[in-house]
Amino acid sequence: MRARLATTVGGAAATVSRLAGKGDGSVIGGIIGLRLEPDLLSLLATGRQVVLVTGTNGKTTTTRLITAALGSCGQKIASNVYGANMEAGLTSALSREPDAPFAVLETDEKYIPAMIKATQPKVVVLLNLSRDQMDRAAEIWMLARRWRQALAAAPGTSVVANADDPLVAWAASSASSVSWVAAGQRWREDSWCCPHCGAHLVRPDDDWHCPECDNRRPPIRWALKDGQVIDPSGQAWPLGLALPGRANASNAVIALAVAETFGVTVSSALAGGMREVTSVAGRYTQVRRRGTQVRLLLAKNPAGWLEALDVMAPAPVPVLLAVNAQVPDGRDTSWLWDVDYRRLRDRPVLVGGERRMDLAVRLEADGVAFQLVDSLDQAIDLARAPSLEVLANYTAFQQYRAVLGRAQ
Amino acid sequence: VSELPRDGGAGIPGLRLVWIYPDLLSTYGDRGNLLVLERRARLRGIPAEVVEVNADQPVPVDGDIYLMGGGEDLPQVLATRRLAADGGLREAVRRGAVLFAVCAGYQMLGTEFGGAEGQPMPGLGLLDMRSGRGERRGVGEILADVDPALGVPRLTGFENHQGVTQLGPGARPLARVLTGVGNGDGTEGAYAGRVLGTYLHGPALVRNPGLADLLLTWAAGQQLPPLPAAAEDLALRLRAERLAGAAPGAGAYGRDRPGPRGAGLGLGRAGAQGRRDLVADRRERRRLDPRSAARGPAGAPRPGGSRLGGRPPRGGRRLNKPGLGRPRP
Repeated sequence: MRARLATTVGGAAATVSRLAGKGDGSVIGGIIGLRLEPDLLSLLATGRQVVLVTGTNGKTTTTRLITAALGSCGQKIASNVYGANMEAGLTSALSREPDAPFAVLETDEKYIPAMIKATQPKVVVLLNLSRDQMDRAAEIWMLARRWRQALAAAPGTSVVANADDPLVAWAASSASSVSWVAAGQRWREDSWCCPHCGAHLVRPDDDWHCPECDNRRPPIRWALKDGQVIDPSGQAWPLGLALPGRANASNAVIALAVAETFGVTVSSALAGGMREVTSVAGRYTQVRRRGTQVRLLLAKNPAGWLEALDVMAPAPVPVLLAVNAQVPDGRDTSWLWDVDYRRLRDRPVLVGGERRMDLAVRLEADGVAFQLVDSLDQAIDLARAPSLEVLANYTAFQQYRAVLGRAQ
Repeated sequence: VSELPRDGGAGIPGLRLVWIYPDLLSTYGDRGNLLVLERRARLRGIPAEVVEVNADQPVPVDGDIYLMGGGEDLPQVLATRRLAADGGLREAVRRGAVLFAVCAGYQMLGTEFGGAEGQPMPGLGLLDMRSGRGERRGVGEILADVDPALGVPRLTGFENHQGVTQLGPGARPLARVLTGVGNGDGTEGAYAGRVLGTYLHGPALVRNPGLADLLLTWAAGQQLPPLPAAAEDLALRLRAERLAGAAPGAGAYGRDRPGPRGAGLGLGRAGAQGRRDLVADRRERRRLDPRSAARGPAGAPRPGGSRLGGRPPRGGRRLNKPGLGRPRP
């Protein structure tokens, strides 16, 4: 009864929030509901098959791909599609879909232990761990340790985890059952050393093992290989995603491994929805503006920028890089020095965002020529090209997206 | 490595830069310090060779400048253990090499720091200081005025640590905190001889080219020619913007939104404080220029430099409870 009341009041608040133009209503309803009934999330999760998705990068996209993959089951699915990934966001997502038997919930890395406790998930998805917003996020070795403890205490939960990220593999290995995915790891600067004993890992190609203890890459069930997915029987399937880049292929293989735990086959998951996902909350959106085809890429940390630079159309397509350092971005721009920009030397580069001077000095050190800009339109006008690739971190991305009319 | 050219274009021998354990101690942009030193050496015609030493490799003893970055708790303990067992760094310092360490690397230089559970761990003992855990985490922009004996303009950086550090009589504070936490007692960083550490984490030298040049000067054993103004322009503009952003009165965590577009890109945006600091910067660089007749002795206080020196730290984030340690990047 309390849960129903809390949900109703929370839902009303969300509606008010949307009508008042204060937000998309994905958090406020949950906050009010939880105030009235602190166990609301547990109550709402009871009786559902819950998937929690976490990691430093790819949470939103993977959540979307899993939701698409499970669509072929024909069941309603609750999901926090707007990326509100803490307790209130999860609560709102469930209360909006009270009779959905499935829930696919993106979850902040720090909150996973508490959310596992509250929702008793069927599956926890662990994507990757790398340096991110160090001024407010926890240390990643510490996070891995907390994940490890939380999974050890949840014997009813199975895990889908990236075996190619040694820190993730170490965290996941405490779970009672793990479906290991060779999803690849482009960024390795946070996992050269063994999380168990600290020795420098031996990493020939994709394999890895510790020379000083028995920590090693676990046996693989699913793999991403040359852009194709290799299923547990060894059969290769072309992914054929609309979403670009290696990182999204990696997210997709993980989504397929999750689909397997729901009895969804590769062919129905891919054809039944995953291939149709074209943009996720404005990421990868293409918009025509002032005669230029503008594509928006969002990346928030060095691993994300590395993958995004891979995704970009080759030179001579011009690139606009934009960096802010507001609270959601992390106020510390040190991470800019962890990205290698030298591959941008052969194309026009424009630099925007509130912290463009930080980026300017960084590019200078890498010998990349650039022009500073005050706005997206100025960048488009200076580029004078048929297309422009835009790579921005979180609030810079949202600012450009707003200029383009809340592009989806 | 032995065929490194030992004669640069400016008549200054080539420099060997050694980055200690990038696999364990590189948490957030630490590579920036290496890139800045390399660039500022090369722009002066000084050949710079970079050596990256992983945790499973011996530390060479013949480097000119050694760099140590930040690290999380566990890597910090592991790195200290390995460095102590290796002995190469200690020998290099004994031979007179320059050592620059930030954050977790800085704490490791002392006789003691806090381990993963806060327990005291033996440090490398290269600086007379010990570190422990403070009551609160110091996160945000930091400003500090450097010991006038070093002739380096005001420091601007970002700190992110819970450590507090007490210096012994064998080490001097690097700077006096204006905004931020630093060592926790109003001082920031430490140095003795050519070993220098700071809580400014990550790419600390990017916004502090004067500090980078101090290290290069120590390593070269002579005054360096100034860089062409065009090569300094962007760094000085960034520096001015950050100095203004973190100045007292700009808020505890600094004003890091330069404001709406159209406010200009350079000094206009940086504000009056930044302009003043930039002027002081330029004056300082002129003073350090060996070709300038106006240059004073190395220990002379720089004009306008210690304006706020001697004041207690601002911001009310004093951390003065040594004990449990929690190293941070």
